[in-house]
Amino acid sequence: MSRSRLQEAAVHLVLWVAVLFALYPVMWVTTQALSGGGATEGRIIPWPATPSLDHFTAVIGRVTDEGVWLFGLQLLNSVVVSAATALTAIGIATPAAYALSRFRFVGAEGATRTLLATQMFPGVAASIPLYLLLDGAGLLDTRTGLVLVYATSAVPFAIFQLRGAFDAIPRELEEAAMVDGATRFVAFVRVVLPAVRPALAITALFAFMSAWNEFILAATFLTSEDLYTLPILLNRYASEHDSNFGHFAAGAIVVSVPVMLLFYALQRQLVSGLTAGGVKG
Amino acid sequence: MRRVRPHRAASSVPSGWRVAGPGTAAVLSAAVALCGAAWLAATPSVHGQDARTPVVVWHSYGESEERGLSAATAAFEQANPDVDVRLVAIPWGAYASKLEAAIPVHRGPDVFIDAHNRARAYLDAGLIQPFGALSAEATDDLEPAHLAALTLDGTLYGVPVSVKAGALFVNEDLAAGRPLRALEDLEGLRSTLPSDVFPLAWDADDAYQFAALLHAYGGEMLSLEGTYRFVGREAERACEHLLRLLQTRTIPEETGYELVRDLFRGGHAVAAVSGPWLANDLPADLNYSVRPLPVVRGADGHAMEAYATVEAAMIAAHARSVSASRRVAAFLAGREGSVLRAVEGRHVVASRGAWLDPRLASDVRLRAFREAAAAGRVMSSHRSMHAVFTPAERALRKLLRGDAPIPAALTEGQHRFEDETREPPAARSPVFGLLALGMLLMLGCVSMVQRARDPSFRRDVRASMPAYRWVAHAALAVGVLVIAPLVVGAGTSFFAGHGRDLHYVGLANYIEILTARGGDLLGHGSVWTVLAVTLAWTAANITLHVALGVSLALLLHRPTLRMRGLYRVLLVLPWAVPSYVTALAWRGMFHRQFGAVNAVLVLFGGEPISWFARWTTAFAANVATNVWLGFPFMMVVTLGALTSIPRDLYEAAEVDGASPAQQFRHITLPLLRPSLAPAVAMGAVWTFNMFNVVYLVSAGEPDGSTEILVSEAYRWAFTRGQQVGYAAAYAVIIFLMLMVANRGLARIGQPVGGPGPKAGSA
Repeated sequence: MSRSRLQEAAVHLVLWVAVLFALYPVMWVTTQALSGGGATEGRIIPWPATPSLDHFTAVIGRVTDEGVWLFGLQLLNSVVVSAATALTAIGIATPAAYALSRFRFVGAEGATRTLLATQMFPGVAASIPLYLLLDGAGLLDTRTGLVLVYATSAVPFAIFQLRGAFDAIPRELEEAAMVDGATRFVAFVRVVLPAVRPALAITALFAFMSAWNEFILAATFLTSEDLYTLPILLNRYASEHDSNFGHFAAGAIVVSVPVMLLFYALQRQLVSGLTAGGVKG
Repeated sequence: MRRVRPHRAASSVPSGWRVAGPGTAAVLSAAVALCGAAWLAATPSVHGQDARTPVVVWHSYGESEERGLSAATAAFEQANPDVDVRLVAIPWGAYASKLEAAIPVHRGPDVFIDAHNRARAYLDAGLIQPFGALSAEATDDLEPAHLAALTLDGTLYGVPVSVKAGALFVNEDLAAGRPLRALEDLEGLRSTLPSDVFPLAWDADDAYQFAALLHAYGGEMLSLEGTYRFVGREAERACEHLLRLLQTRTIPEETGYELVRDLFRGGHAVAAVSGPWLANDLPADLNYSVRPLPVVRGADGHAMEAYATVEAAMIAAHARSVSASRRVAAFLAGREGSVLRAVEGRHVVASRGAWLDPRLASDVRLRAFREAAAAGRVMSSHRSMHAVFTPAERALRKLLRGDAPIPAALTEGQHRFEDETREPPAARSPVFGLLALGMLLMLGCVSMVQRARDPSFRRDVRASMPAYRWVAHAALAVGVLVIAPLVVGAGTSFFAGHGRDLHYVGLANYIEILTARGGDLLGHGSVWTVLAVTLAWTAANITLHVALGVSLALLLHRPTLRMRGLYRVLLVLPWAVPSYVTALAWRGMFHRQFGAVNAVLVLFGGEPISWFARWTTAFAANVATNVWLGFPFMMVVTLGALTSIPRDLYEAAEVDGASPAQQFRHITLPLLRPSLAPAVAMGAVWTFNMFNVVYLVSAGEPDGSTEILVSEAYRWAFTRGQQVGYAAAYAVIIFLMLMVANRGLARIGQPVGGPGPKAGSA
């Protein structure tokens, strides 16, 4: 066997060990989700004593008294809220990150430090002031209000991430376009943005995830069941005295599937990189 | 790295986006915002405007119990056509915080259902109003003890609807008709059972559960006046008995609800002690019965007395129609509503009359729960009740581990309780604080005016105008929705008290925290000790996150690698599955008797480890869980960063004869840095403040030594009598520490928060 073959095999071995590490705890959750009321067996390799899909059908098949498919509705809410969060966060953060990367301006340093500082403050006490703010703006119990809250809380990280990406793009790229007569904004949209696609994808994924799994703010700001996002539904299975861990586990598995699909779709952005950018100016 | 960001703030004010930056950028973000707003602003379904009085009822029941509540409210509406009852289910994890946010601004419920022992906190926070006098008939129908539990300072604050207390579940197939009247009978079963079957599944190292045995021995956790009582001869005897139960393997070690449930339903326990909720988790074909808790012969034949919780319907402050709300609440608690709740939702109802109904009278199991609840001891409504459990439990676990003799461990628990529930600092005149604030503001103004006078500064500002158009919208959004709520929250740190009942104390909270409340500066629970743990926690996690994330990304980035897509997707799984569930799975994996980690150790000839009994192993368990949760994020960020490194750099290096190691050091590493630095910096900050792993996995064990700063802050805010001001001061201290650390790091040469490379002006 040649040296490169051996190396290749070693890489696969390492990756499989990592995959096992990543999968193993999830296998326990899956086993719980598949044990229909019965016990789980096995100490090292988990498996359900009596496999059944009861938990899945119960969680997915939830229907209101009026015949509305609740799970479907809440899945849609979650997708809409998380996607809107990702778009809004990117919309707010991208121009600001670009400015921080390319311009020298009064207050830039202070603003950057403040952004980092917002992440340092544990938000124990912020949920009630926020509630009052949303109430004042008439955005309580709306998806818009929730999206705004999620998006702005994802903005500091998004700005840092994107500024790092802009810094890595050679300045000559857009300067060449501007010499050719493009305005800075046109150069930004047509030359710089395509070049930072991987960072945009990561930032969007991050903002999406922060909204996708969040439940305390969602449950606090929303009161109408037809606006609930999936984590609220899920957390009802973890009530103080009426928990149903099988349902919770099944729901958790279901909730993670769209994320995996999204990530699968986004990975093209993560590998294509610079090759597509920077030539159109 | 956290995935669920606990209570983070952010903003509203969509108009902010319209002032956004240069032409199209503004249009872009404004369009997103406005389209979003138009698309999403579908108003919640509003019931038709009719003449009926609406009564909104909030509850945190799960699905099965909710059915009972729906049946009862439907019956109420039928009999009272003038009232429209709307049930709203709120997940339990957000219940209290939602009540606290919504009721003061008149957006809350009219009636809500919660345990009696939360009533004091709700009263402190001004969330409930007196229920008013009950009719003589209703009073007769309810237990005096239940009404007393809801009577605070001589006023009734709710009407009891259900009662829950632990009962003895017996697997009849395994018990085979043996009388199990005494705890000692269960102990006697040990020799007759195979080693993988326990006589009793009971999470007795939980202070709430252990109280049942303590009560049998004549002890108690808290006196009526709020004095800590888990010390003394009775407590010691109860602890000795518990030690014996563990040593004889009558009960399993390190038990929690999940293990009790799994052992009992899997036929690995003859009996179990748990509440009525366990019945929901048992399969229909399990042959079991429910009985009151056994007597304890060693305690002169007194019965074990579990804590009973009275669920009550309370009238919210600002209820729209108090009279209609009272009618609804009284119906739920009354005979007819109770029968429906019991039949449809299996509530163990408090109404005495309801049990005369033939459907309830013939329901053997439900009646057994009622008998068990009647034999229970109603938990004290005292403000300090919740504060008892953590110190008591830590004392209990310490003596069970044999780390301290019983009396010493118990006395230590008492000291901690007294420290944590000490009287808040005395009120101070806010004059000095206001003066200081005014001075600061004035100084700020003066320095701004001085700067504005400087012509070069003005020139700089004018030159900055184009840049401002790119950042204005972000500044506004973050300012309003992130920074303002945090500043308001931080303001609470100058106040002390419980719930909303606060008074100004100046810097007293800060002084108490920084001086460890007069205790040993390096002792248990001192902010300095916890800081050291937090630093170790952050360093360990970030190192492993980066090491694992970067190496996996480098492997995945190899152009020749096959199945890259599959690997990538499988490796982000830990990020995709909600962390609450996976953190609990990790906790289960570290169980001493039943966990997978010890099973693997034994397989390779090792000795099983009590993971949560020592600081090092408990800390390692927390870190393992958090590394698992966080490495995918670092991997994904690195993958993105790697793609922006031009390939021709490597080609050129190869031509120059650079080895792969040299290429990594001189090309990959320096070029990864700008993209990775923000992720590492933020990751460090998030890890520093990541409390849910600590909370769910080690829960601070052993003896609170694995708590980090932010989990301490949460405990002050939620389990130690709601000392929100103290918790806010903790949060501000965490913030200041991180600021200092960041400045320090920036000086060393990791420009983390510093300005980016400068370009010319626009």
